[in-house]
Amino acid sequence: MFLILPALWTLYLGLTDYRLTGAAAAHPRIVGVDDYRQALGDKDVRDALGRTLLFVFGSAIVGQNLLGFLLAWSLRSARAWVRAAVETAVLLAWILPGVVVAWLWIAFLKDQGGTLNAILRTPGHDWWFEHPMGALIVFNTWRGTAFSMMLFSAALSNVPRSQLESARLAGARGWQQLRDVVLPNIRGHILTNTLLISLWTFNDFTPYLITKGEPHGASAVLPVYIYLTALPGGRLGFAGALSLTMLLINLLLALAYVRILRRRA
Amino acid sequence: MRVALEAVTKVYDGDVRALDELSLEIADGEFFVLLGPSGCGKTTLLRTIAGLETATSGTVRIGERDVTRLPPGDRDVAMVFQDYALFPHMTVADNIAYPLRLKKVPRAERRAKAADTAARLSLGPYLDHRPAQLSGGQQQRVALARAMATRPTVFLLDEPLSNLDARLRLEARTFLKKLQHDLGVTTVFVTHDQAEALALADRIAVMEDGRVRQIGTPREVFQRPANIFVAGFIGSTPMNLLEGECVPGDGDPTGSWTDEIDVAGLRLPVPEEATGLVGPGDKIIAGFRPEYVREAEDGIEGRVEIVENLGTTSLVTLATTGPSVQLTVPEEREPAIGTTLRVAPQPGRTLLYHADDGDLIDDS
Ligand SMILES: Nc1ncnc2c1ncn2[C@@H]1O[C@H](COP(=O)(O)OP(=O)(O)OP(=O)(O)O)[C@@H](O)[C@H]1O
Ligand SMILES: [Mg+2]
Repeated sequence: MFLILPALWTLYLGLTDYRLTGAAAAHPRIVGVDDYRQALGDKDVRDALGRTLLFVFGSAIVGQNLLGFLLAWSLRSARAWVRAAVETAVLLAWILPGVVVAWLWIAFLKDQGGTLNAILRTPGHDWWFEHPMGALIVFNTWRGTAFSMMLFSAALSNVPRSQLESARLAGARGWQQLRDVVLPNIRGHILTNTLLISLWTFNDFTPYLITKGEPHGASAVLPVYIYLTALPGGRLGFAGALSLTMLLINLLLALAYVRILRRRA
Repeated sequence: MRVALEAVTKVYDGDVRALDELSLEIADGEFFVLLGPSGCGKTTLLRTIAGLETATSGTVRIGERDVTRLPPGDRDVAMVFQDYALFPHMTVADNIAYPLRLKKVPRAERRAKAADTAARLSLGPYLDHRPAQLSGGQQQRVALARAMATRPTVFLLDEPLSNLDARLRLEARTFLKKLQHDLGVTTVFVTHDQAEALALADRIAVMEDGRVRQIGTPREVFQRPANIFVAGFIGSTPMNLLEGECVPGDGDPTGSWTDEIDVAGLRLPVPEEATGLVGPGDKIIAGFRPEYVREAEDGIEGRVEIVENLGTTSLVTLATTGPSVQLTVPEEREPAIGTTLRVAPQPGRTLLYHADDGDLIDDS
């Protein structure tokens, strides 16, 4: 219910030229698939989509996956207290409310009195302005790594010890054990993890809390772009069409994933 | 190649002493079996030879080389794990050839060697199968093949037969013995099954609590267990161990007397190898196998309590006034439950142990 009603409403909006103000607000016309056609042809939309893909690729597929795996891998043989400390720190980044972490990162990367500038002795450098996407990718990697780390920790502890030892006895070095035993054993987990974090990152709205899409939309990933189109922009019909497109992309990703899982089983 | 352990101690996590100053020597080409109850340190010992565990103190030698601190990959040993540890995502051929691949053997040669080894273990038709498509016995042979393919100097096997059903296990046992004989490679085999140990071993080390309690050929260990621990552990039917005492004998017409043993009212002569080592008043434990117990008019009296069919013989348990006594009887000669029997060990089949430390009393 909670999902279907708004979804239908969005679908309806997408078929109209509904606007927040003006004549079209009182009497929305059905413009059919025009909104959708326009959405796919629009350069701004394509740019936003490109930024989103970069965001997903950089912070989820590469960033969180890799960092999460590296943390899980190196914590395997760490002392109990080191492990506990790192896990707590990483988890904290994950469970803190979005508003809080947004402020933390704004403060961290601020041009005047920002912590990073103090550390690097580069006063006045405005990270958010000069590298908006880069900063967002670093931010989201930091924020979301906990999930990957925990998932990979569980996966690694399930890799049969005797297989690793067999490889060691055959003379396998660390990276060979990784390639020949560990990765093949956790392939399913890597897949699951990649899909979940991709979906979350794809739909993530936290960037709005930090950059509001600034400067000039250079950090407006798709959800932010849609929001800006709908509310300040007032083009609800167009935003609805975009939302539905996003929904479809999500659906396609999930379906692809289910198919791959089926084939593996 | 020869394997020698000198005073090897392994302490886990500061307090579990899994190996305690253990020393032993395994000859080149020998089939050596480590036998003992669960938790006695067999696996730890095997893993210490393999290098998967590092000895807390002591020395491990393979051939003339001190390998105590060498990583497992440099020791030239191969191991078969209880769960076989096959790589599920690789075919049988790739599994067998994996150690060769790490040694950078060219692909064609690898493939040929794998096929060769597989054929030898009747795995020829399965080269392109995944481990999950094989039966337990076939998986076990793939594990063997992978270990064999590199021609290691020492072969380590940790209960490799324990996941097989009883019939397959017997087959695999015979097969393994023949294979080891043909290859002539030094083999260390861990088991807690004494029948398996007796069947396979050139020599057996019986372990308890991280120490070796006896080393010897299956015959030595079976016929002359060095202490009551080994006596109770070896043999498909456990040895009768009865407390008793050395007493002066009745004497003969010339007036001289010899010592005798009194167990449960039964008088037995002191075994030859113990003569002079015990005297009147010494507390002893007399051990004799159920197979060597016969009916005797002046024997220990007992009521038949349980009769267990062992196939060609039956194991009869007698309730006596002291601890119960077991004997085997030929098939179809089983006494009825509740009847009374008088039994005694056959002459010359009794072993004497010190009652205090449980060690065999003999002159060796
Ligand atoms: N990694 C470990 N950490 C701590 N203690 C261990 C470890 N491995 C074994 N132990 C302990 O060392 C002792 C010997 O264990 P080991 O596995 O060598 O016995 P085993 O003779 O192989 O027994 P089983 O027949 O059950 O396999 C046991 O008390 C066990 O609990
Ligand atoms: Mg064991």
